[in-house]
Amino acid sequence: MKKVILTAILASTALPALAQEQDCPIKVGVLHSLSGTMAISETTLKDTMEMLVSQQNEAGGLLGCDLEAVVVDPASDWPLFAERARELLTVDEVDVIFGAWTSVSRKSVLPVLEELNGLMFYPVQYEGEESSKNVFYTGAAPNQQAIPAVDYFLEELGVERFALLGTDYVYPRTTNQILEAYLKDNGIADEDIFVNYTPFGHSDWATIVGDVVEMSEDGRQVGVISTINGDANIGFYKELAAADVSAADIPVVAFSVGEEELSGLDTSNLEGHLAAWNYFMSADTAENEEFIAGWHAFIGDESRVTNDPMEAHYIGFNMWVNAVEEAGTTDVDAVREAMWGQEFPNLTGGTAVMGTNHHLSKPVLIGEIRTDGQFDIVSETDPVPGDAWTDYLPDSAVLEADWQELECGMYNTETETCVQIESNY
Amino acid sequence: MSMASSWHKYASPAEASRRRPLILRTDVLIFLAILALVTLGATLMAQSGLISTSFVKTLGKTLCLCLAALAMDLVWGYTGILSLGHFAFFGIGGYAIGMWLMWDRTEAIVQSTLARGPLPATDLQLQEAIGSQIFGVVGASDIPWIWTLAGSLPAQLAAAILVPGVIALVFGWLAFRSRVAGVYLSILTQAGTLALSLWLFQNDSGLRGNNGLSGLQNVPGLESVPQSTLSLWFLWASAVALGLAYLAAVWLVAGRFGSVLRGIRDDEARVRFLGYEVEHYKLAIFTVTAMVCGIAGALYYPQAGIVNPAEIAPIASIYLAVWVAIGGRGRLYGAVIGAAVVSLASSWFTGGGAPNVNLGIYTIRWTDWWLVLLGLSFVLVTLYAPKGLGGLVDLWTEHRARRRTGDLGPDQGALRAEEEQA
Amino acid sequence: MTLLRALLLGLCLALPAQAQEGAVQTLLQSHADDIAKPSRRTIQPVLDDLAASGLPGILPFLEAWADKGIVQRDADGLFFYGDRNGDAYALRSVEDGTDAGTAGRREASELKPNAGVRKLIATTLVTFQLNDPDPDRRRAALDALSRNPTPDLLAPLRASIETEENRALRNRKEALDRLISIRFGTDPAIRLAAIDWMSDQVSLEARAALNAVLTTETVVGGAPEGANVARRLETGEDFTEAQALAVLARAEIVPDRVGRGDRDAALIAAIADGEIAGRPVATLDTEAARWAAYDALARAGDAPPRPPEGAVAELIAANPITEIYDEPDPAITDAARAALAEVDARVARAQVADLGLDALSLASIYFLAAIGLAITFGVMGVINMAHGEFIMIGAYTGYVVQRVVPDYTASLVIALPLAFAVAAAAGVVLERLVIRHLAHRPLETLLATFGISVALQQIFKNIFGTQAVPLTSPDWLAGAWTLNDVVGISYIRIAIFILAALFLALLVWILRRTRLGLEVRAVTQNPGMAASLGIDPDRVGMVTFALGSGIAGIAGVAIGLFAQVTSEMGAGYIVQSFMTVVVGGVGSVFGTLAGAGLIGGLQKGIEWLNPSNTLAAQTYMILFIILFIQFRPRGIVAQKGRFAQ
Repeated sequence: MKKVILTAILASTALPALAQEQDCPIKVGVLHSLSGTMAISETTLKDTMEMLVSQQNEAGGLLGCDLEAVVVDPASDWPLFAERARELLTVDEVDVIFGAWTSVSRKSVLPVLEELNGLMFYPVQYEGEESSKNVFYTGAAPNQQAIPAVDYFLEELGVERFALLGTDYVYPRTTNQILEAYLKDNGIADEDIFVNYTPFGHSDWATIVGDVVEMSEDGRQVGVISTINGDANIGFYKELAAADVSAADIPVVAFSVGEEELSGLDTSNLEGHLAAWNYFMSADTAENEEFIAGWHAFIGDESRVTNDPMEAHYIGFNMWVNAVEEAGTTDVDAVREAMWGQEFPNLTGGTAVMGTNHHLSKPVLIGEIRTDGQFDIVSETDPVPGDAWTDYLPDSAVLEADWQELECGMYNTETETCVQIESNY
Repeated sequence: MSMASSWHKYASPAEASRRRPLILRTDVLIFLAILALVTLGATLMAQSGLISTSFVKTLGKTLCLCLAALAMDLVWGYTGILSLGHFAFFGIGGYAIGMWLMWDRTEAIVQSTLARGPLPATDLQLQEAIGSQIFGVVGASDIPWIWTLAGSLPAQLAAAILVPGVIALVFGWLAFRSRVAGVYLSILTQAGTLALSLWLFQNDSGLRGNNGLSGLQNVPGLESVPQSTLSLWFLWASAVALGLAYLAAVWLVAGRFGSVLRGIRDDEARVRFLGYEVEHYKLAIFTVTAMVCGIAGALYYPQAGIVNPAEIAPIASIYLAVWVAIGGRGRLYGAVIGAAVVSLASSWFTGGGAPNVNLGIYTIRWTDWWLVLLGLSFVLVTLYAPKGLGGLVDLWTEHRARRRTGDLGPDQGALRAEEEQA
Repeated sequence: MTLLRALLLGLCLALPAQAQEGAVQTLLQSHADDIAKPSRRTIQPVLDDLAASGLPGILPFLEAWADKGIVQRDADGLFFYGDRNGDAYALRSVEDGTDAGTAGRREASELKPNAGVRKLIATTLVTFQLNDPDPDRRRAALDALSRNPTPDLLAPLRASIETEENRALRNRKEALDRLISIRFGTDPAIRLAAIDWMSDQVSLEARAALNAVLTTETVVGGAPEGANVARRLETGEDFTEAQALAVLARAEIVPDRVGRGDRDAALIAAIADGEIAGRPVATLDTEAARWAAYDALARAGDAPPRPPEGAVAELIAANPITEIYDEPDPAITDAARAALAEVDARVARAQVADLGLDALSLASIYFLAAIGLAITFGVMGVINMAHGEFIMIGAYTGYVVQRVVPDYTASLVIALPLAFAVAAAAGVVLERLVIRHLAHRPLETLLATFGISVALQQIFKNIFGTQAVPLTSPDWLAGAWTLNDVVGISYIRIAIFILAALFLALLVWILRRTRLGLEVRAVTQNPGMAASLGIDPDRVGMVTFALGSGIAGIAGVAIGLFAQVTSEMGAGYIVQSFMTVVVGGVGSVFGTLAGAGLIGGLQKGIEWLNPSNTLAAQTYMILFIILFIQFRPRGIVAQKGRFAQ
């Protein structure tokens, strides 16, 4: 935070001329669902953005202007995301958008962003296979969450049979496909991988948990990789506990369960199960302490937790602020160029770096669930650069994203051509 | 209500239509004039920058919803079949056209990429590249059989109309044949809708699962046309479709066919005893309205930009019924008013357009309370204003002319009579 | 910051007490890096070294380490037992647990060995714990042993059996002895006896032990002399031709398969003057042309050859592919295979039983959710779309009670009747304010109650938030009843089953044996006639509505105990409940029971056929029900009365 303030002061004194050219106030669009099914997760991010904006204003604003958060509600309705994004860019004329949670909402917004040359920061772990000129992905790509978690299973827990359980939507589907390919590369046989998809909000887990327990019949260690989303986790973990499956018998690593999700659960039976993220609230650093204190002060509730997408917005917002100062303008093209190579300290220590493929380089943490709903960090990697196109699927392995050198988000290294400038929707 | 009086009333619009061409009837003229005014006004305002492209899109989408509501009114308000599945047909129309939009756009991209490669592309290569572009996002690359004709616009346009028609025909034939009626039919249609949306939610069904089809606002071949213009084209297309459908509906209900439909609504058994093949009439209107919904969907989703299974969830079909009920069943303009008012109000309230009400101890945020308001006002309309908003028109015309032009009102008490006979 | 740290470092170094290191600390320091950042792959030698030292302080250290109770002081890297007190750690010496001062929270790091390392630590501790006076520790040792059986622990385990006095633990030790003997034993007679004993089991451990004996290795080109051959692999039966070719390629008998990507890369590399192997590039726009060009390249030696097509059978005949058991003794593998076959047959039967239990449990949940709807539908002829919201109201009532009464048992005892009362009251209000005014207009009732449902969902969302709230079951309902490792069901589901059975009995009693039941049946069959006989249909309607809604409230508490409580939970059950009612036959309690049984069984059956896609099961079930209703519109138990058209 101090660094931001410092740079803010430096910039505002060094660039007085530019500051006057800027239209005030600078508008920051916040595109998170405040109603509907995703409101539970996204409202927190809206609050986070409002906090970051007000903190920035207290620290002197940006380019001599105050920042103004323009909050809209896409109501967990995917087509509405596109509509609201269009309104933000054409009616409110915001300079940047922070928003979206689910992949489908991002895919809905993408064509609008690319058509109107907007700029969006997307803060959630996702399935990769994308790099848009107009989006910066501050959440984890599969190689920054899923792959390290599987490595941890293989290396540290000696897991030899895998159950990939997921909710039936794009993130689990793609992630599991990548993981299946990765596991096979690592010598895990087909019959040792069990894949299951359940609907959103699934509650009847007895049979599936039974199937997973059955997997340990040949004496090898079984592990569960869970991409189960949202509320369905509650029934899943309750059934695990009821079936008396402890983390020592069958460890479960979840990619969508963080502090926020655990606060709706009785965690006493979940001790030792795992989650992989780039951030845990329990990370013991001075930056994190300050961030949590600021959050509690802003929200007025000491019991509120912080989580990984919040950190992603924190890093994304601060990088954007620094990039705007470097560029001296909020013009999207100038800011994009200033974003490449932008550095900012992580809340968990170390420094995040924005790559030219619009993904962050961040460390991967693996945490064990504690009885108090927090995580014990048991593993931390060196910073991993986010990979837009996975190396483990043959179609994607040849693709590369580099907006600086190649000016392309989907570049085929084999044929040495840019497949397309716009993204797949 | 007595039988004699009903038949007397049914006869009157038919007589009226013989006297004057339908298109010159006052209510039809007023409707068409308003539609034209809205479309022209929106065009002019959009050209002069008074309203944004996104508002033009909202208007265009609203017209499509009105078209679906019109179909719903025919099947429910006029025939008494409360279908809780007509929005599924709307979605199918969207999927059908969406497949072509995605396929054609992707094919163009893939072809130009492969043409730049060192070897000339083979068909297999082309198919695979398209497959991985479209389905890569859901972790697959094979092209499902359902996409066989996706490259052909005429085929997909036909599918947008025929697939809903065939599904409605088969479902309706099964249901009407076994004399499934009333709430049973409603629940069955709802279950069918749920099954369809669950099927679409699966990745295995080949329509990109939960993600659905996206990027539909980019029409292949029209890349150079800016969205601000394209949105106006779609607005016009939607307006024309609605206008034509309205005329067709007016013609349909004014004739003998319409009289039989109303007869079925008010007393199915008597119509059957009079020698009409009730099942055929029901099946015909069920199928035709499904096809109209398909057309509406095909026009709607290129404006919305994305179609996915959540659109088809059972609740959407119930909302369709809610629009018709609030607008006023059994009158065509009622359905249109209901759909327009409720969907525009809905986007105004949930979009944060409505000012919050500060009660001192509690602030009512309309984004939170809009659904409560909608739900309760819907209950109130059902209880106290069964004619819906259309009833206001009655008050006005009765006040002015003190005459009635045929009873197109709701089916109060009709089912009661049916039960007593059973 | 750095300055501060340096200062602190200096301070710490200056403290004299820390300079003296005991034997344990010295030993630990010699592995300091491994202990501070342990990995499963590298920690075993360290553990062996620690265990071999024989120091008395090592055992408690290992236990505390596995329990995440050790801290390392940043300044000097020394290890301590550390307890976090606010912003500081209270340090205790690793030698004898004596007080060793404090360290600020930023001056020491907690050691957090991961689960893999903890497992190895637990295995190391086994030898020490097997004869521990504390039975809990002995049990922990056996748990660790069964998770990670190693040959060298067999002897200590056997030695400890004789002295074991606790009957349960002794049985467990004997079972473990057999399990480990099967895999690592040296005496064939003992192993065979153990295998024979296993054939009566269904436990996962037994199957694991037997499977471990039967691991194989694939060998190409005939089995070596004296090998214990499992089987010879045949194409078409055991694997496909492509798989066979892959095995042969791995054995370097045929060339590696050339993928289309490899082919195209080779072709591109061979482009010269717009031609490849004499063919113009532009002609290579079909797959066949490209393969032909590639084969031409391969013949010319410019590209690696492809494996022969169509000659796989001969290749396999010339190079037989066999699987060989890792276990050299055929007597052992034969016995294990026979035992496993027996076990598998028993497991298959048990799986059917387990599936039946799951289906029964699902059916009882559907029954509870639907029965309230069935009686209101039967008596009043109206569909209450807000029925699901009564389920939700019940669940939230349970949640609120748990917030007020922290004891889970007491709160459940209060919550059940209260949920009934609250939901019943809500039902009566709905009946009096809305449904009564829409009498005889079932379609409008359906839509009006839908409006109520939307409003209720949103109101609860506004009050309780969108996040699921916890509804925790009491401890005595935690866990599961397990017949063996295959057949088991959680106590909560058993409780729900009992609850459903209770309500079934209660309803049957009310309907058959009470005045109210008589009136209800009369109104169901013919409201007009019932009214003329002096029964007040309005009153009967209201009472049944209260009863039906109340049961939904109780169902809400029950569902909340095993799944999530959200404002949308009711909506998830409403369509399922309608199906149950309609399939079963309207207005009949037993019809609803049959409907719930059919739907529950069907869903589990389809899930079993296609275990990887639960969504498909739900889709097909609904389609089946739609078809079912076409052919049996009145449901399984057809009722005579107002709805039997």
